[in-house]
Amino acid sequence: MSLALEAGCEARPVLRERGQREVFCGLTGIVWMHRKIRDAFFLVVGSRTCAHLLQSAAGVMIFAEPRFATAILEERDLAGLADAQEELDRTVARLLERRPDIRLLFLVGSCPSEVIKLDLAKAAQRLNARFAGVRVLNYSGSGIETTFTQGEDACLAALAPELPGSDAPQLLIVGALAEVVEDQWRRLFAAMGVHRLAFLPARRAGEMPAIGAGTRFLLAQPFLAETARLLESRGARHIPALFPLGAEGSTEFLRAGAQAMGVGEARFREATALAEARAKAALAGPRARLEGRRVFFFPDSQLEVPMARFLARECGMEPVEIGTPYLHRAHLARELPLLPASALLSEGQDVERQLDRCLAARPDLVVCGLGLANPLERQGITTKWSIELVFTPVQGHDQAADLAGLYARPFARREMLRV
Amino acid sequence: MQLTLWTYEGPPHVGAMRVATGMEGLHYVLHAPQGDTYADLLFTMIERRDRRPPVTYTTFQARDLGGDTAALFTRALRDAAERFRPEAVIVGASCTAELIQDDPGGLAESAGLDIPVVPLDLPSYSKKENWGAAETFYQLLRRFAAKGAARPATCNILGPTALGFRHRDDVTEIAGLLSRLGVTVNLVAPMGARPADLARIGDAAFNVVLYPEIAGQAAAFLQRRLGQPFTRSIPIGVGGTRDFIAEVAALAGVDATPLLAEEASRLPWYSRSVDSTYLTGKRVFVFGDATHAVAAARVARDEMGFEVVGLGSYSREQAREVREAARALGLEALITDDYLAVEQAIAEAQPELVLGTQMERHTAKRLGIPCAVISAPVHVQDFPARYSPQMGFEGANVLFDAWVHPLMMGLEEHLIGMFREDGEFTDTAPSHLGHAAAPAPVSAPAPAPAPAHAPLALAWAAEAEAELRKIPFFVRGKARRNTESFARARGLSTITVETLYDAKAHFSR
Ligand code: SF4
Ligand code: SF4
Repeated sequence: MSLALEAGCEARPVLRERGQREVFCGLTGIVWMHRKIRDAFFLVVGSRTCAHLLQSAAGVMIFAEPRFATAILEERDLAGLADAQEELDRTVARLLERRPDIRLLFLVGSCPSEVIKLDLAKAAQRLNARFAGVRVLNYSGSGIETTFTQGEDACLAALAPELPGSDAPQLLIVGALAEVVEDQWRRLFAAMGVHRLAFLPARRAGEMPAIGAGTRFLLAQPFLAETARLLESRGARHIPALFPLGAEGSTEFLRAGAQAMGVGEARFREATALAEARAKAALAGPRARLEGRRVFFFPDSQLEVPMARFLARECGMEPVEIGTPYLHRAHLARELPLLPASALLSEGQDVERQLDRCLAARPDLVVCGLGLANPLERQGITTKWSIELVFTPVQGHDQAADLAGLYARPFARREMLRV
Repeated sequence: MQLTLWTYEGPPHVGAMRVATGMEGLHYVLHAPQGDTYADLLFTMIERRDRRPPVTYTTFQARDLGGDTAALFTRALRDAAERFRPEAVIVGASCTAELIQDDPGGLAESAGLDIPVVPLDLPSYSKKENWGAAETFYQLLRRFAAKGAARPATCNILGPTALGFRHRDDVTEIAGLLSRLGVTVNLVAPMGARPADLARIGDAAFNVVLYPEIAGQAAAFLQRRLGQPFTRSIPIGVGGTRDFIAEVAALAGVDATPLLAEEASRLPWYSRSVDSTYLTGKRVFVFGDATHAVAAARVARDEMGFEVVGLGSYSREQAREVREAARALGLEALITDDYLAVEQAIAEAQPELVLGTQMERHTAKRLGIPCAVISAPVHVQDFPARYSPQMGFEGANVLFDAWVHPLMMGLEEHLIGMFREDGEFTDTAPSHLGHAAAPAPVSAPAPAPAPAHAPLALAWAAEAEAELRKIPFFVRGKARRNTESFARARGLSTITVETLYDAKAHFSR
């Protein structure tokens, strides 16, 4: 299959809406990033709302050795910014005493800290000078600037300028992935003879990859616009590819990486044919449940476009509307032409109007957030809550059927229930 | 700045949401940044509501900040009024909107809606969720409550909201009690009430306050404005319920004797039956909102025969009541919203049972101590499908079951005390809970601030340590602590088997 035929087409119309947005802010990214980087700590500088969001989103996990916390701004912090900086220093000092195992500390900005213009960059600089052995960085996960997964982008973008430099040739895969997926890909690339493979973020602060002119990078996630820009500014080059969802996406993703590292097609096929065949065979089961069903995506994670592409092409579903919080055309250049022309692509949100459209379209499956899922179910509409798609290993060949299974399960459940 | 890993309460606008979501026909327009809609999922997931909360958020973004966020608010308000056609609207700001000072109240006034608009002023940087709920309810009543017929033997039930711990079933239970008493319920609010209903709140002779955290301020106002007295006793536990019935009967001018005679709870018999003897003197630590914590402490001591070894609350507004209750138990109340302070107090008190919130559940798990939940904040499993009030006589049955369940059963407790080396009856968790628990490493909680004077170094002789391990695990912590303080008081530096038994004799006097 040649993707090049259709690439470059920019004409697809997009519905742009503004109104109430029913989405998470970027702080939510902390929920998975703090598990991914094992010696990092995320200190949100924000309000009680931010703390409450984190514990609501993190649920029970917050107690499993949490490596995040909120420094809650109080009235007197709002009164004097200079004192707020001192307060922050004190708070960080207390935190680091308590957690001497921390090597990387992110000061995470929130809406309140951004609005009062509390300078966290300056604070990070100051704290770096003060604490040896701990790198202090900052980024914003505020709702006014970031939507859900953009929190990961902002976090990785804070890391990008910090990475050591090296112009040695290497393949870099960017985006937090489940460890099982990373390990599978290490094996696959090793089988192709590609050993200079690195992941961003690494599992530990001290193991972050070096980058430079020799680095070619693949984006494993579609929401990494700023990170990609900063990596390019360090001389690394982006390899355009499909995102690694489904058999097709995974193959194209890996092929793009292999080609960039000079692996020939035969060697590539040899290494990946088995995994691809396995993925296709495993997809048959969930596909039987999904085929011919109409799916409607509410905006959430920016994963909507590649997900819709996968569901349409490999599971036989018909996307009605594909909502995304933000459409990064360049990174989706390979994806967009593969979407069925009949699907409405929408960017941004006016949740009331979108619900009107959704109810009018009566789709078979709605992919949406937890604030909407139960109310829609009550109206007889089958839903798949979208956050799970970010918290589950879904990338790569061996997860393709799991991914389809996530969408098939709500149907299976409906069929089973006799109440 | 306050360093927070976990917060007992959300911000005050979440309290306002709880009032609006509990009511019907009321809409809330909240000036808030994109992202604050996370609060919807508290209602749709934790409480499992099947409708979206009646809340419209402006969800402004950074690019809006340079422009006219006030106009954005006005537009959202008009759209919401038109789309949802509520009877009334409450308007307010979240913590971020509070900083940009658009004045939702003023904007709403000039928007010229043809329905009542109630502005809320909820200071996010000094107040919290329960305060926000109380203030919202109070402001609604200030706006809508009117003098009425004040019919005799008629009351309102005040306090239940959306996302309230067992509010659904407490209301059913208390309404049942009131009706058996011959008292008519005029109105339940906020839960289930419409703004128009609030206007006829004055048709009742008095108010029943189930949750003072939420309805205390409103009830005091109604007393001032309409002359309605309100109940002070909390109908949790058998004694609490009986006091409540007597208080209601006095306010209603009805006879409570028949209802009180017809004791409807099984707790008293269950608690008196010999199977419960082993519960005597079990050491419990109680923490929660003020109302539930104080009520639980009373039930624990008077109705279960436990020894309350710690009592505390995160409700600063009700701290006085908690302090009084603690003093009556010979304790110093722990008033804090810092969960590390609670964790430390639990670790020090070495209780055999913790009665607390979702948070203490996790702390207790880490410390290897049985635990039951008695108060918000709670997670989804504490919004159960089955009928499970905390209040009234059936509530007392629920309490008995829920608190005894996590404890080791009597016979097992004896056998473990006698035969220490059984490989199957492990030493760390009751077997009826099904898991052969790995010995929970009683990991020290996050390092506490170093005490001012370093304690004398104490060494345990090997055979004393071995002897200590023969004491059942749930009292071992206490035994260790007592022995060490006994040794310290006598200036001993090594603890022998003799010291252990001397201390035992000393403390059993
Ligand atoms: S449908 Fe496909 S080919 Fe046609 S304009 Fe849109 S993206 Fe291009
Ligand atoms: S960062 Fe902004 S949107 Fe996110 S929780 Fe805090 S205030 Fe709300």
